[in-house]
Amino acid sequence: MTEDRRTTAEPDLTAEVLDAVLTSGPVPLTPPRSQLSEVWSQFIHHKGAVAGGVVFLLIVFAVFLGPQIWTLDATYIDIRARNQGPSLAHPFGTDQLGRDMLSRMMIGGQTSVLVGIVAMSLGLVLGTLIGVLAGFYRRLDGLLMRLTDLFLALPLLPLLLVMVMLFRDRLSAAFGPETGIFILMVTAIGITSWMPTARIVRGDVLALKEREFVLAARSIGTSNLMLIARHILPNVVSPIVVSATLGIANAIITESALSFLGLGFPPDFPTWGRLLFDAVDYMQQNPERVIMPGLAISLTVLSVNYLGDGLRDALDPRIRGR
Amino acid sequence: MLTYTVRRLVLAIPTLLFIGLVIFLLLDLAPGDPTAQLPLTIPPEVREQIRQSLGLDEPLPVRFGKWMVQFCWVEPQVMIDSLFGSHLAEGQQRVLSWQTRSPVMDIVWQRMPQTLWVVGTAYLVAIVIALPIGIYSAYRQYSIFDNVGTFISMIGFSVPPFFSGVLVIVIFAVNLGWLPSIYDTTHAVNDWDSFVVQLRQMVMPVMVLALQITAQLSRFMRASMLDNLNQDYVRTARAKGLSERVVVLVHVLRNSMIPVVTVIALGIPQIFGGAIITEQVFKVNGIGQLLISAIQANDIPMVQTLTFIFAILIVLFNLIADVLYGILDPRIRYD
Repeated sequence: MTEDRRTTAEPDLTAEVLDAVLTSGPVPLTPPRSQLSEVWSQFIHHKGAVAGGVVFLLIVFAVFLGPQIWTLDATYIDIRARNQGPSLAHPFGTDQLGRDMLSRMMIGGQTSVLVGIVAMSLGLVLGTLIGVLAGFYRRLDGLLMRLTDLFLALPLLPLLLVMVMLFRDRLSAAFGPETGIFILMVTAIGITSWMPTARIVRGDVLALKEREFVLAARSIGTSNLMLIARHILPNVVSPIVVSATLGIANAIITESALSFLGLGFPPDFPTWGRLLFDAVDYMQQNPERVIMPGLAISLTVLSVNYLGDGLRDALDPRIRGR
Repeated sequence: MLTYTVRRLVLAIPTLLFIGLVIFLLLDLAPGDPTAQLPLTIPPEVREQIRQSLGLDEPLPVRFGKWMVQFCWVEPQVMIDSLFGSHLAEGQQRVLSWQTRSPVMDIVWQRMPQTLWVVGTAYLVAIVIALPIGIYSAYRQYSIFDNVGTFISMIGFSVPPFFSGVLVIVIFAVNLGWLPSIYDTTHAVNDWDSFVVQLRQMVMPVMVLALQITAQLSRFMRASMLDNLNQDYVRTARAKGLSERVVVLVHVLRNSMIPVVTVIALGIPQIFGGAIITEQVFKVNGIGQLLISAIQANDIPMVQTLTFIFAILIVLFNLIADVLYGILDPRIRYD
């Protein structure tokens, strides 16, 4: 992106030549548009993407700022008010111990969204690192790509289950039950989801490496590290951003799936997957308790997927402008 | 082509050995003790003998080697024995489950039909639905049909099976009472009525699984059709006066099917691997459910063997997909 910036005026042009140039051809009347505004204008024309982005932001705000407004404690047990339907005091009803579902949904959402974002970041950093290293250094390419293939051949959900089973107690003992499981979840999801990013980034880096601006940068003595940081990375931002959105969706679903199988966070620590799992037993009495967390997960993932779809279109220069 | 296949097969062996080692080492770290569930009155020396009888006193490489030999050498012999009535594997040690003390592979063979029925049917249904949707969406790109199709497949991507499964149970089993919420695997099909019962209990799990698979496949089909619809050979076909039907359904479709067929092949390990979550929701006691219960019971030989079988299937079908690609597309030559 930095390389595409052209110098606008040549310093050694005489006034005569300048005049001739100015009067001869058609003169662009609008100032050149920046890359960012191009991307933005393409993005806001993608209705699904804008809707997805707005919905996702709304969910994030509701989940993180909501507890400031709705101040009922999510762990307060009011056994006399258990299994209530939606009412004014409890808009989403209460669970089998009389805890307020609205605040539980918000607290659970915080964990789910946080796991999604942190696990995605971890997977993204790993994937980008491996992708760039494999694409840039030919010696590492074979080894790292075999490693990627190996990880792709692993049965992931069974392995995740096994990892949770193995390290749950150890990490809970070391960091406390909540932080321990959080670290475990994020690490487990992160190190099993970097492969697609690594492959895409490697492909792009391989193509970029042969371009003239890389040769130019190298010819003025740029070190490899600077070359990657200044010239390669900014050019692979778009596939990374797209896989970031898909990564959030994937991480949220995986975390909920693990919680649903009973191998996630401890029972008193709500996440959307856990709330859904707990509500299945009360399906006949209070079906809305199953539907709310499920809808929250689905809506978040749907909005993030639409966001990613729109970003992919907006960031792809071949599609842009159509 | 043959050399390529052979080379890939040979390369698959070290890959699988390595995956097997990773799985083995990961499980070996497990803190669980197989004797932990036994009564506390058992004296420590007896407990130690039990551990020895499970083969836990031997060093790690020996245990790994034994597991590999049992799985890769003895189990195929057992299979041959049961097929041809020979006695190759007689008296040889097999991989035993810690839970049931019976051979792991016997249990896997017991569970396989349930998984194959439910997940396999879902896969077939999904293919039958997804291909026409993908073809028509691409042919009428950005039409209402295409947009609705895109939206539905987005939903298919986004709604996790543990929600859609529970949702259809709430709707069709709890509120409407049309379908049973639990899949009864002891049900035997022997006449028309029992076949209808079987069909009714299969509707919901198949529906949930098929929605997911349809979403992925129809997107793939659409993208692949779009790639081909603007090619020069399509214009040539139209120019020489072929009907639109022949152009789309013969010329374009045949070329678009190449990547789709490989994607379908890549998805087949999932059929055998079972849909872990869907099986859990509908209480189908297939392979996925077997894995979950083995994990919860700390039954390490079972978990190891199942995970390793999944890995073999994934590697095998990756290979099949690559070879298929080379056979179907003459532009791709591996040698």
